[in-house]
Amino acid sequence: MTDAIALIGSRAVQFVHEVGAVATFSGHILACLLRRPARIRRYLDEVFGLGVLSLIIICISGIAVGAVLGLQGYNTLERFGATDSLGTVVGLSLIRELGPVLTALLTTGRAGSATTAEIGTMSATEQLDGLRMMSIDPVHYVVAPKALAMVTVMPLLSALFIVCGIAGGYLVGVYWGIDPGSYLTGLETSVDFREDVLGSFIKAVVFGILVGLISTYRGFTATPTSEGVSIATTTTVVEASVCILVFDYFITALWGV
Amino acid sequence: MSETAPAQHLCLDSVTMAFGRRTVFERLSCCFPKGEISVLLGGSGSGKSTILRLIGGLVHPIDGRILVDGEDITKLANRDLAKVRHKIGMLFQGGALLDSLTVFENLALPLREHTDLDDGAIHREVDDRLASVGLHDIDDLLPNQLSGGMRKRVALARAIIRKPLILLCDEPFSGLDPISTRQVEDLLVDINRRRGITIVVVSHHVASTMRMAEQVSIVLPEGIRTGTPEEMERHEDPRIQAFLTADQDRPAGSLEEVEVLPGLGS
Repeated sequence: MTDAIALIGSRAVQFVHEVGAVATFSGHILACLLRRPARIRRYLDEVFGLGVLSLIIICISGIAVGAVLGLQGYNTLERFGATDSLGTVVGLSLIRELGPVLTALLTTGRAGSATTAEIGTMSATEQLDGLRMMSIDPVHYVVAPKALAMVTVMPLLSALFIVCGIAGGYLVGVYWGIDPGSYLTGLETSVDFREDVLGSFIKAVVFGILVGLISTYRGFTATPTSEGVSIATTTTVVEASVCILVFDYFITALWGV
Repeated sequence: MSETAPAQHLCLDSVTMAFGRRTVFERLSCCFPKGEISVLLGGSGSGKSTILRLIGGLVHPIDGRILVDGEDITKLANRDLAKVRHKIGMLFQGGALLDSLTVFENLALPLREHTDLDDGAIHREVDDRLASVGLHDIDDLLPNQLSGGMRKRVALARAIIRKPLILLCDEPFSGLDPISTRQVEDLLVDINRRRGITIVVVSHHVASTMRMAEQVSIVLPEGIRTGTPEEMERHEDPRIQAFLTADQDRPAGSLEEVEVLPGLGS
């Protein structure tokens, strides 16, 4: 019994310690973003690596998800004779929920894990210590541009995912005989910019912050061995995925986004 | 150049170091003379590399003082520590070159960060430094396109490009063939003679280190034994004798009765 209490206590202390460490790390990143020199070149490189190289997976996934939504939506709406509402169903589902969430999950799998692995490997091969010995703060040089790039690309990728998804739903809907005009009109009349599009954007930014922070923190604190980097990469995917889903619930529940 | 007294130029004073619950060494004191090449020898796990990392401020001791150019770095905030590191160059065991940057970019990075040199001056400085370690026309190569010896030499060029007062070398000869070993050894001696840099080398390569060293320090469980190479070769401690002569021809089993250095023979 005492062992169980001790274990719970130990875990609680560990959790509080970890939260404190993440908060300190976040503060360090923020301070670095305000510090000169601005790492614009490194930031643009990261935007390319995290964003541009994710375009194909985002486009293919967006079209596939939109097509499935279109198909499922068509089959369901047909029972009620409301197939003209397919544009509304596909559009609102993608904009309010599936776009930001699935984009964040896909980006975690592709770019978040790569970020952790890269920073962890730099730590294991003493590259971060090499920077420190050159009086260069590795958080300023390596971490901050990656975290900022993640926050920047997430809403852009989410927007692209939504557009591809709407196109996928459109193709399926038109294939099954829905009038193209009514699909687009339904979409146009039902989507509110402030409530839906802006909310979607906010969700994507929050998810970008989560993935950027978790992936860089896990890489930076990875045990400098190949096993340590492997564990850190797995942890990033698990923690970021769970956080995305939990935060999605709270953002939706609290702000109705 | 600082007017620091030679004895306080680079010193560990009663330093205790531990990783978690594992104590690496307790109340360890040693000094490295200004402008000389000092070599740290010792068994694997004895804390030699940790001493270099302590001097560089990459790890922090539990207790004691670490004097770098006369300044105790254990009390410094990160910003002040970064200033002290301007005086130190470090050659890491694996080179620690940034693998996403070319050779030129790796060498130019500290100049771009800490000087106002224009691109032309940086190019000239990088080419001069590469030439000084015997390398030419490799500016555009990535570190993974270099051989082990070339990588070590590029890392050495990067370590000295800001003209440090102190150069720390962690296993500079590991993984090198005999010719590359001799090249790096000659380079270190040349850098020391031409620039008067204090060099501290951690190595298991006894032959090279005894050739180049002006001071040899051997890390033992109870502390450090220091002397000139000749003094250490004549030292009465059988553990030191065993360590210095272990790679020479000797009858099988003749080391068995010697109390080994930490990690040696395990």
